[in-house]
Amino acid sequence: MRTAWERPAPVFLFLCFAFQETSQLSGLPDFVKIVEVGPRDGLQNEKVIVPTDIKIEFINRLSQTGLSVIEVTSFVSSRWVPQMADHTEVMKGIHQYPGVRYPVLTPNLQGFHHAVAAGATEISVFGAASESFSKKNINCSIEESMGKFEEVVKSARHMNIPARGYVSCALGCPYEGSITPQKVTEVSKRLYGMGCYEISLGDTIGVGTPGSMKRMLESVMKEIPPGALAVHCHDTYGQALANILTALQVFCTLCVLRVCIGINLSRVMSACFSSHILSTITFSRLKYDGILSSAKHKNSRLS
Amino acid sequence: MGNVPSAVKHCLSYQQLLREHLWIGDSVAGALDPAQETSQLSGLPDFVKIVEVGPRDGLQNEKVIVPTDIKIEFINRLSQTGLSVIEVTSFVSSRWVPQVAAGATEISVFGAASESFSKKNINCSIEESMGKFEEVVKSARHMNIPARGYVSCALGCPYEGSITPQKVTEVSKRLYGMGCYEISLGDTIGVGTPGSMKRMLESVMKEIPPGALAVHCHDTYGQALANILTALQMGINVVDSAVSGLGGCPYAKGASGNVATEDLIYMLNGLGLNTGVNLYKVMEAGDFICKAVNKTTNSKVAQASFNA
Repeated sequence: MRTAWERPAPVFLFLCFAFQETSQLSGLPDFVKIVEVGPRDGLQNEKVIVPTDIKIEFINRLSQTGLSVIEVTSFVSSRWVPQMADHTEVMKGIHQYPGVRYPVLTPNLQGFHHAVAAGATEISVFGAASESFSKKNINCSIEESMGKFEEVVKSARHMNIPARGYVSCALGCPYEGSITPQKVTEVSKRLYGMGCYEISLGDTIGVGTPGSMKRMLESVMKEIPPGALAVHCHDTYGQALANILTALQVFCTLCVLRVCIGINLSRVMSACFSSHILSTITFSRLKYDGILSSAKHKNSRLS
Repeated sequence: MGNVPSAVKHCLSYQQLLREHLWIGDSVAGALDPAQETSQLSGLPDFVKIVEVGPRDGLQNEKVIVPTDIKIEFINRLSQTGLSVIEVTSFVSSRWVPQVAAGATEISVFGAASESFSKKNINCSIEESMGKFEEVVKSARHMNIPARGYVSCALGCPYEGSITPQKVTEVSKRLYGMGCYEISLGDTIGVGTPGSMKRMLESVMKEIPPGALAVHCHDTYGQALANILTALQMGINVVDSAVSGLGGCPYAKGASGNVATEDLIYMLNGLGLNTGVNLYKVMEAGDFICKAVNKTTNSKVAQASFNA
């Protein structure tokens, strides 16, 4: 018996587009995965050092909201980031709810091992698209940082621990000013190539606008499938939601284009069909061949 | 993301970055900014007219009553920024004739897409208000005075909740039909999002050409710029805003109201869209009025820049 995804191509295309129309704004994904970074990126940048028990309570409350990814802490030296000095206690103290992932930042092997010992099952590394920022922030050049991250990510993959990569200064640097999309692409590609399942592109100082977001994403998406990308927008100049909306539209436009040129329609159909049924599937696993194949690639990194 | 030490905010490059992004320095008031590369996001207008409502809608909703000389100075400063429309008067009442005698050359009328809001706000039903506006607009047209129409509660009402796009269209069509040259669609309580903005505009644009429409978005739920971007993508090229985000929300205590002109210009500049407005001069005018009324600016661009 012929299954839904074995019907002729025109039906596939119709169903794919029809499915997409459910969103009130066309050209948007039907599901968006939110990565909550408040407990780490947020608290790290607050002046007040929050007591450990408050952090644990905070994260436990967030775990009950439906969020599927909550970044817990950072395994860095307390000399550099005193706000995260209690990383081990927090990691051990939180209740890890089923269905929720709790990544932690690990800038080097030492941090990685401490994180694993404390119960971490997902890690993050962060590079920068700016040499100056890299040197000022993590005390080494981009190239040197890639070397360190390579060690960390390899070790993580060896232990079946997924690794997420961040690229700071994706839309501007406080030291260098403008950053070219090509530089962002180069650094992102390095992180993706070493095994990070997802690259979060960060507008670290919030200077980006929809135009610069689009240009940067178009450059990065020539090398990395949209399903392996995330955006991390700061609202310093009030632009964050507009930038995020643009990113969602850009991600989806490329997906639609891929459907239009008919790459591997049967896989497209199965992805559309399955995501229509399973509403909780994250964007990174939704529909469209490029995303599906990158998701499979990602899954191989996750498993 | 990494920490940005406070010392870096005094770094030369950071100032340079601000200059690149804030376009400080070169623009002359009244002259168009040099044409940037064609809009970086396709499907956007080349020019966006900003209607500055700070002196009217903004100050009207501030608790402090601003002295007249301060208001005049404020408006005079805004006049030197390149803004082509600055709303200075309140909505039209039956006593509009003295205002015209005082030199007003443009008037506004505002209806609402919600019966409850109309009754609570201007003490009459939508139908009754249309009757009054018809008289006013006809007289204005007779004297060659342009009339602008507002439609409040275009994306939601504090009393009735959801408002249908059809109702917004109906009221807008009445105002346009009676002779208003432009209809400003207001998200009065800021509850709209890009989806509801799109649905509402699609409905209204079946009856009124986009060139005769404007959006007036409140930022009460932080959605204003995303909603404005959506409107621009649909062909709207007139946006209302208030310098410093003046005027809180009378329906949500402590919440913000109007979208800040500075934040809007920042986005439009970044998109390569012409506005003719000098952002830095607007920021200075905003700084002036905030100090005068003793309040903190609601503009994130101003907060980030003046604290840099």
